Amino acid sequence: MEKTHRARRGAPLAALAAGLLIALPALAQEQFIGLPSYRVGPYAAGGSGIYGGWIDYMTLINERDGGINGVKLTWEECETEYNNARGVECYERLKGKGPTGNTTFQPLSTGITYSVLEKVAQDKIPMVTIGYGRTDAADGRVFPWVFPMISTYWSQASGMVKFIGGKVGGLEQLKGKKIVYLYHDSAFGKEGIPLMEQSAQKYGFTLKQIPVAHPGNEQQAQWLQIRQEKPDYVILWGWGVMNPTALRAAARSGYPRDRIVGGWWSGSEEDTIPAGDAAKGYISANLSGVGTGFPVIQEVQKHVYARNKGNMEDKNRVGSVYYNRGIVHGILTVEAIRTAQQKFGAGKPMTGEQVRWGFEHLNLDADHLARLGATGLLPELKVSCADHEGAGKVKFQQWDGSKWLPLTDWIEADRAQVRGLIEASAGAYAKEKGVTPRDCSKEP
Amino acid sequence: MLYREAGQFKASYQADQQIFPIRQDRVGFSLVLAFFFLLVPAVANQYWLQAILIPVLIFSLAALGLNILTGYAGQLSLGSAAFMAVGAFAAYNFMLRVPGMPFLLALVLGGLCAAAVGVAFGLPSLRIKGFYLAVATLAAQFFIIWALTKFPWFSNHSASGVISTQAVVILGYAFDTPASKYLLTLSVVALLALLAKNMVRSSTGRAWMAVRDMDVAAEVIGIRPLHAKLSAFAVSSFYCGVAGALYAYTYLGTVEPEGFNLDLSFKILFMIIIGGVGSILGAFLGAAFIVLLPIFLDNIIPQLFGGLLSSSFSSNLQLIVFGGLIIFFLIVEPHGLARLWQIGKEKLRLWPFPH
Amino acid sequence: MQFFFEVLIGGLLSGVLYALVALGFVLIYKASGVFNFAQGAMVFFAALSFVGFQEVLQRWGLPAAPAFWLAFVLTLGAMVVLGILTERIVLRPLVNQPPITLFMATIGLTYLVEGIAQGIWGANVRGLDLGIADEPVEWVMESAGLLVSRFDVFAAAMAGALVLSLALFFQYTRTGRALRAVADDHQAALSIGIPLQRIWAIVWAVAGFVALVAGLIWGARNGVQFALTYTALKALPVLILGGFTSVPGAIVGGLIVGASEKLAEVYIGPMVGGGIESWFPYVLALAFLLLRPEGLFGEKHIDRV
Repeated sequence: MEKTHRARRGAPLAALAAGLLIALPALAQEQFIGLPSYRVGPYAAGGSGIYGGWIDYMTLINERDGGINGVKLTWEECETEYNNARGVECYERLKGKGPTGNTTFQPLSTGITYSVLEKVAQDKIPMVTIGYGRTDAADGRVFPWVFPMISTYWSQASGMVKFIGGKVGGLEQLKGKKIVYLYHDSAFGKEGIPLMEQSAQKYGFTLKQIPVAHPGNEQQAQWLQIRQEKPDYVILWGWGVMNPTALRAAARSGYPRDRIVGGWWSGSEEDTIPAGDAAKGYISANLSGVGTGFPVIQEVQKHVYARNKGNMEDKNRVGSVYYNRGIVHGILTVEAIRTAQQKFGAGKPMTGEQVRWGFEHLNLDADHLARLGATGLLPELKVSCADHEGAGKVKFQQWDGSKWLPLTDWIEADRAQVRGLIEASAGAYAKEKGVTPRDCSKEP
Repeated sequence: MLYREAGQFKASYQADQQIFPIRQDRVGFSLVLAFFFLLVPAVANQYWLQAILIPVLIFSLAALGLNILTGYAGQLSLGSAAFMAVGAFAAYNFMLRVPGMPFLLALVLGGLCAAAVGVAFGLPSLRIKGFYLAVATLAAQFFIIWALTKFPWFSNHSASGVISTQAVVILGYAFDTPASKYLLTLSVVALLALLAKNMVRSSTGRAWMAVRDMDVAAEVIGIRPLHAKLSAFAVSSFYCGVAGALYAYTYLGTVEPEGFNLDLSFKILFMIIIGGVGSILGAFLGAAFIVLLPIFLDNIIPQLFGGLLSSSFSSNLQLIVFGGLIIFFLIVEPHGLARLWQIGKEKLRLWPFPH
Repeated sequence: MQFFFEVLIGGLLSGVLYALVALGFVLIYKASGVFNFAQGAMVFFAALSFVGFQEVLQRWGLPAAPAFWLAFVLTLGAMVVLGILTERIVLRPLVNQPPITLFMATIGLTYLVEGIAQGIWGANVRGLDLGIADEPVEWVMESAGLLVSRFDVFAAAMAGALVLSLALFFQYTRTGRALRAVADDHQAALSIGIPLQRIWAIVWAVAGFVALVAGLIWGARNGVQFALTYTALKALPVLILGGFTSVPGAIVGGLIVGASEKLAEVYIGPMVGGGIESWFPYVLALAFLLLRPEGLFGEKHIDRV
């Protein structure tokens, strides 16, 4: 009996070693992208939606175009369970695969972003964090390898202030108004506070901050407080189960849902469907368009799902908020590789360093977006050496009880204000770490 | 045949008190140490050092800490991750705020802070026992993480609450390569493991075990339960705190309070249960098992079932197999991997002529 | 003052919902001495299976009402099977192991159940409608100006009915008596011919039923998603306060935890920056335990050498 135990104990280790040694066969015309995904646990809905959309877009490029100028995209998923330690393991595991190594790392987790922040610079792998991660990394002079593209949390907060200003009849009308900032009591939830405080001073509105303890499945106390405060608007900076709970509690205390403005992690179908009717009228920010109306999504339906190569188990989720955000991830990744190929040689797999160049010179103007069939799916975007955010715009959408409807076009954040905060924070980081910011006038 | 004690006579009390009374064990252990100190840094690549060995060592240290408390002193705790957080954040603040603070001293101070917090939360153990105590240690888990998130002073007013650690420099030598970080971690862990081994063999350790086996009886024979329990909490939290500081400095480089959540506490508890409660070796085996198993499953399951399973199901299958294997191990060997090793050694004594 | 009562009543009603989850823990701990950490995962599994069955049945063209009840029965069946399998595969081989080993086994079971639930039904977040509007009760609103949710009142009534029927079941049925005998003393119960293992299977099945009710109510409240497993964390301080072995203790503990955490969040929270709901019940329970180490209604434990 004991002997079999020992054999059993040895077997997994041997197999583990074997498993780790098997690398992908090195084919020359392939571009490898490592996907540190998560499909189990509390964040599974977001992970499966975004990585699903991203994989579908890459499948589309391979199926329809035969890759990027003939270079096929290959990828491999690595389950992180949204856990930092697992994320680091995935990063190290994926790093060396494919002919040119992993080309970009996009973990969809702020914690993992921070854990590999310094590693990506050493290993020369660009890291893209769309709608999460380190906000001040938008200063590309201090963080050459990190791209918090489209919008950062501060741009979102600024966009929300602008949106609410528009609702009350202009930013100057915000004076004397009261806004409650209801947030997930964590580093993520507190991210918007510096900008909100600054804006409150600038425009003269009262800001009341109310935290909700993780996981936020009980908000009776908070909403009774809100009922007492009688604010003009509530900003919901929530996460996971906190969002539907907030909407239900709002309905219960009679607070109008169309005066709750959520962030982009509070604005997916997963946040509203569980709240049922209580979610009707609720508004949220988003950094991608919603619905299946975009030509690129139609293409995915035609070339990927019609051929049964789709990644989503539930095909109804195609066109949902997370799914479309995944498509945006795919578009930005593919276009960065394409941009890099234009400079370093079409039809060749790019290295991480070259793709970084591609991200930094990404320029998606209206024409380009139209060619991709993604007009309105993502804003026009121009990344530069100093500005790794590229757009700083958000869209607002409203839940009609069964689906999200676009409410506004892209609203640009007060970029001067946001930029000021970003540079101050990045400067402090550079000083603490002894980093000399790049001189952007000397960059190729 | 090779492994037996025949002919090895202990002529002095000291010789009888050795950690490894049998020569073969001494040789074997030296070889293991030489392997990990000399060979591994020379041949292992960055993946193995950075993603496997360093975390296994750090979690071994944390498991060692919990094993002292749970395995030796019999006090069940679900707050290990929070004590790790205390160690990490304390070491960070000492490094940040005291100019010229040597890293190793910060490590020890971080551990001591964790020990102090541990003693504070250990006080109820004098009246509360068993699962009531376990749930009570959850108070420590949630309160500490809340406090670290709530008061920005702890994270030096970082907007995101994440701290990124300073460079590790000891006597002018910068530990910045994976191999050097690995060696630093290994040295600290080996030293503390030796310390723990001796501690559990001392009168302190015997007092812990007496309290574990029956605290009323221990009190009757003159052991002070207050002293024994609190010292177990202090030592255990010290180990967890040092592990937490290493986790921040030599492993991740950046940590956030949320990283030290209840899940991590459970993982550490798993390590000692799977490894073997009340065994130093068990802490290492358990940590290796719990760190490696999910990685192994993540590698093997997609390969085995390749195109058959959707990626979501394959991820869930990993979770199912992980849970299943834990139950399986508990059923097959409730005393853990360390017990298997012990049985193996017994067999080896007689091998190849068992009868 | 009116605000105070609003918070208090809201807290008490939430407390009943915590008690509902705590009840599952108590049942199993009482009968088999196992601290079943998988209770939270069982709540999640039950709610997800119910919604999943409902979806499938409606896709087959069943009208809403029969689909609801059929899904309920099917899920109940699944929970009973899960309970029996747990007893067979996990508990029976681990008989006479130290409590901590059994506890760890139930954490292993947690991973297993979570994986199975999401593996079968997918990671989609779903809504669940029990047909009770989550609106303020009007006459209370009008007469006293207090905000009391109709849904919470309904949930509290359900929980009350459940506890009452369980109490009757324990008190007056043959199985119930056997259950209490087993809870008192395993050895003695065995020696008078009570089939221990069957009793355990029954208890796990009943705990599955409780998990289903809790899952339906919590799922209707916040949506059917992974976060349902966190309801277990709300139930733990309730357990310490009420005692691991007492059904009325779970209810009283739930009321105390619910009311005090809401009042603390509203009145103490602003002083320290808020968000104290995560740890306040635990600290409260801890303080309480220092006075009464076996909880409010727990059995007093006498140490003998």
